[in-house]
Amino acid sequence: MILKDCIKVLEAQVAVSVPDLEMDIQVACGADLMSDVMAFACASNEMLLTGLVNPQAIRTAEMMDVKVVVFVRGKQPGEAVLELARQMGICVLTTPLPMFTACGVLYSHGVLGKGG
Amino acid sequence: MTFSIDGSDFIHAGEASSGAKKALTKLGVKAPVVKRAAIAMYEAELNTVIHAGGGSAEVDIYPDHVLIRVTDHGPGIPDVRLAMQEGWSTAPEAAREMGFGAGMGLPNIKKQSDELLIETEPGRGTTVTIRINFTV
Ligand SMILES: Nc1ncnc2c1ncn2[C@@H]1O[C@H](COP(=O)(O)OP(=O)(O)OP(=O)(O)O)[C@@H](O)[C@H]1O
Ligand SMILES: [Mg+2]
Repeated sequence: MILKDCIKVLEAQVAVSVPDLEMDIQVACGADLMSDVMAFACASNEMLLTGLVNPQAIRTAEMMDVKVVVFVRGKQPGEAVLELARQMGICVLTTPLPMFTACGVLYSHGVLGKGG
Repeated sequence: MTFSIDGSDFIHAGEASSGAKKALTKLGVKAPVVKRAAIAMYEAELNTVIHAGGGSAEVDIYPDHVLIRVTDHGPGIPDVRLAMQEGWSTAPEAAREMGFGAGMGLPNIKKQSDELLIETEPGRGTTVTIRINFTV
């Protein structure tokens, strides 16, 4: 699913944009503990959904080459988070949807988890 | 390359790993290998911040591998076998609220690295040495 369409189905606001809103999102993962996210590392992790709103969510995305971070349940990232994401060229979205629903919506549109 | 790791807050945690990741990328190391090194080093870096009040990291790049050595002078790890188990964590509640304490850091390092050495002495500190080979 291309990023632009992910934004639509997630009813998301774009907090930090990136030039390539047409990038294809094939694999996503959702977790609040960062080591659980990193345990999930595979060849292509394009999107991370999390309720953890702090700079470490962006750092984790950076280490894993994740291109898009989605903050769920309407949580608003602070300026430190946004600034780091801008530096790293990571797209940041905020969605009012809770974690389960946000993941479910993406999954039903063909975005997979690791291992299908 | 030497990095110091500030243990006073979580804001800066990851800067050393970020610097090392950039350096490896610049040297032309392949992205999947850089990713393994970055994840392993970041977990080790976070551990010094969460459990040991910070420390330092030494990254040495060789033609076919990189050695990452993360050192702290914290409390040490009393039982390394236990610490290596998935899910084992003594992270304080404050760290959990920051997104840590899954007890997956050391298992993740093990998974990403070609060799892992943990030297630790109670009351004196811990050195984690990670080797990542460049051949996939
Ligand atoms: N540098 C260190 N100094 C002292 N104790 C450590 C250090 N690194 C790890 N430990 C001990 O080993 C345990 C397991 O570490 P591990 O990195 O696997 O999990 P964690 O740090 O607790 O949580 P997570 O990494 O998933 O956020 C820690 O909870 C802690 O008790
Ligand atoms: Mg850890």
